Amino acid sequence: MCLAVPTKVVTVEGNVATVDVQGVQAQVRLDALGEEVRIGDYLLVHAGFAIRRLDPEDAQETLALLDELLAGEPPASEAGPPPA
Amino acid sequence: MTDLLLGPFSLRDPARARGLASLLQRYAPKDPVRIVHVCGTHEMAIAQHGLRSLLPRGVEVLEGPGCPVCVTPTGDLDRAVKLAERGAIVCTFGDMTRVPGTRVTLAEARAHGADVRVVLSPAEAVEVARANPERDVVFFAVGFETTAPGTAAVLLDSPPANFYVLSSHRLIPPALVALLAGPPVPIAGFLAPGHVSTVIGARAYRVIAERYHVPVVVAGFEPLDILYAIALLLRQVREERAEVENAYPRAVSEEGNLRAQELLATAFAPSDAVWRGIGRLPGAGLSIRDELARHDARRAFSVRVEEGEEKAPGCLCSEVLLARAVPTDCPLFGDPCTPLSPVGPCMVGVEGACNVWYRYGERPEL
Ligand code: SF4
Repeated sequence: MCLAVPTKVVTVEGNVATVDVQGVQAQVRLDALGEEVRIGDYLLVHAGFAIRRLDPEDAQETLALLDELLAGEPPASEAGPPPA
Repeated sequence: MTDLLLGPFSLRDPARARGLASLLQRYAPKDPVRIVHVCGTHEMAIAQHGLRSLLPRGVEVLEGPGCPVCVTPTGDLDRAVKLAERGAIVCTFGDMTRVPGTRVTLAEARAHGADVRVVLSPAEAVEVARANPERDVVFFAVGFETTAPGTAAVLLDSPPANFYVLSSHRLIPPALVALLAGPPVPIAGFLAPGHVSTVIGARAYRVIAERYHVPVVVAGFEPLDILYAIALLLRQVREERAEVENAYPRAVSEEGNLRAQELLATAFAPSDAVWRGIGRLPGAGLSIRDELARHDARRAFSVRVEEGEEKAPGCLCSEVLLARAVPTDCPLFGDPCTPLSPVGPCMVGVEGACNVWYRYGERPEL
């Protein structure tokens, strides 16, 4: 029911998109999305309804945030002994 | 390392994971803390990638009531069974057919001749109604804010007169508040479910941070997403802050999916609702609005069921759902309770903690 896997849009017709997950095609309703969908977009789908469009470049943004956190902190070894 | 299924969305490189693991050690709190997530998909990712083995000593991450199938009350299951036995076609998601009610499961009712069908989407249930105009078709709707917009959409899209919804939809933020009210184990912070948050927005958790002073971090589902979110959470605990932080900005905005929220608000009204194993929680369910009453299975059919709190003797599901116990604390875990012959609801749903721990062989103290 709660598949967290992004699906790729193959065709769009009205409020229905056909998406591809590893070669398996499925119909997805776009009623709950409220944004334009184009062929090649990635969609987050729950129970047959798209709830968000995903941009692959945004995954890089998460990595950048994460690297920022990692860079901002000295390695554990310099931070004193870990609490027992 | 790229995961085939996730393609460009795969976030699991070992160097960063090691970096985050040492960061977690650095943020290790002095006193033991319990972090609660409420999402079967988080539990699967944590178990599958062995993320608990990277947690500092004293830090526990537990699944609370994150499995919609597990928290659906027996009263609603019994109602669905009765409607099916009376001749309605009952459509629902696969796991729901195997959850024990008071008497039988929907699958058992089907074995005795009832017409119970598994669907992947509420839209499919509407198709069943269109194809069977002479029959009553009931969509037994379960799920959190991720699945409820789809149910709302079909209700608002002029469904046929013979289409009904039995709404067992549940809302996450009121459940988080309810968990905080329950002693004895204090909760140091919540990992908020990524895709529920896609719909309701990070702002939906402000009440928890501001009124209850408990930090909330919205987390995605890749191993790095989860480690990153736990690091932010432990940093808040260490700095004695209680804020909402968004560690999953690629799928979650501050305000969420406004279109989906509008569908929810138009089709449903929040209502008090029983969570199996937990009890009645204020404002934690979704009832169909009066304007759509003719499609509301609760109002269209009078069915008598007991609003019970039945559970199998010895089953620890309530404690597991309240994040007070882990599945292996249950003496029935693995013998006789398994996914093939589940004793309690937490072993049925693929998002249930017991089911996940059984399938991935999770050990709490790696
Ligand atoms: S292992 Fe089975 S009996 Fe024990 S708590 Fe989980 S579902 Fe209930």
